[in-house]
Amino acid sequence: MGGENVVIGDHSHDHEHDHHHEHGHDHEHAHGGKTVSLNRSLLEKNDRLAERNRGFFKAKRLLVLNVVSSPGSGKTTFIRETAKKLGKKLRVGVIVGDLATDNDAAELRKAKIPVVQITTGTVCHLDAEMVSKAAAQLDLDKLDVLVIENVGNLVCPADYDLGEDLRVVLLSTTEGEDKPLKYPPMFHSANVVIVAKNDLAAAAGFNRQQALANLKRISHHAEIFELSSKTGEGMEAWLDFLAKQREERSNG
Amino acid sequence: MHEVAIMDEAVRMAVDTAKSSGASRVLGLRLRIGTLSGVVPEAMRFAFDVVCRGTMAEGASLEIESVPASCWCAQCRKEFECADLLNECPRCLNVSGELRRGRELEIASVELE
Repeated sequence: MGGENVVIGDHSHDHEHDHHHEHGHDHEHAHGGKTVSLNRSLLEKNDRLAERNRGFFKAKRLLVLNVVSSPGSGKTTFIRETAKKLGKKLRVGVIVGDLATDNDAAELRKAKIPVVQITTGTVCHLDAEMVSKAAAQLDLDKLDVLVIENVGNLVCPADYDLGEDLRVVLLSTTEGEDKPLKYPPMFHSANVVIVAKNDLAAAAGFNRQQALANLKRISHHAEIFELSSKTGEGMEAWLDFLAKQREERSNG
Repeated sequence: MHEVAIMDEAVRMAVDTAKSSGASRVLGLRLRIGTLSGVVPEAMRFAFDVVCRGTMAEGASLEIESVPASCWCAQCRKEFECADLLNECPRCLNVSGELRRGRELEIASVELE
């Protein structure tokens, strides 16, 4: 938090000067105002809380996923099937962010998955503080994997670290192959990209090759899984990957 | 869409700084926003008027410095500007994984009275 101290020097700068020279010192303006340099991130509060979450989750030996996508990409079904299929091998709990309804949480609850709902109201993303409060309502000692279902939105959640181990971005085949190009910051930040609803690819006229090419350009460091939550096709590789990730982390 | 939350944080920092330095009001804020930060400057300006209302920053000016995105090419050992996140070096066409600038969401300075 450097640069916050206020020193009123007896030197006066011109306005045109301060664009190149405003780091680390304060100065008076011609019209009587006093400029204080801050140079602080507007996300620092969230980043700090996210780091705290990360440390806490690590101590609980949890693998934490932040699942993001546009509305209607199939996040809830994907999470439900992941939790069901991981079954007794790994116990999964879910935090669900939803703008107004309880529908997603109810769907998961019906499948007997421990779930906490965060109703965000008009807020378009989850932040680290909401996640920390919601996590306190789950019996984390009885879980191995914590899945956070973010609000359906490919813009705002990109800026908010929740303290997750892996950011999982869904791209469904019905959305079209150019999504990664339209939302580069989100796809760039992905550790994992799930190409979902693979069973509908042919009907939707999904250009698989183009989609993978786009993903490799934007999310070049991400693991890519093509699957269908509904038919179960491709789920095996994803579940193996999760089990391996969890093992690596709980040994480390 | 999250511009209100971000702007709220900027105004909170400005007001806290004003209070801790005994200023009577905030005359202006200067933000530094990367072109790939995911926030829209117009929406920030709109949010600014709303969140300033009734605070020490009411009526303050807002200056936004846009920071163009740039990547580092390890092969050429040079930076290059990338308008989106398609990080291909224009010289050697290699893909760079290292974004050096463009994600900034910072408060640079405040002007106090």
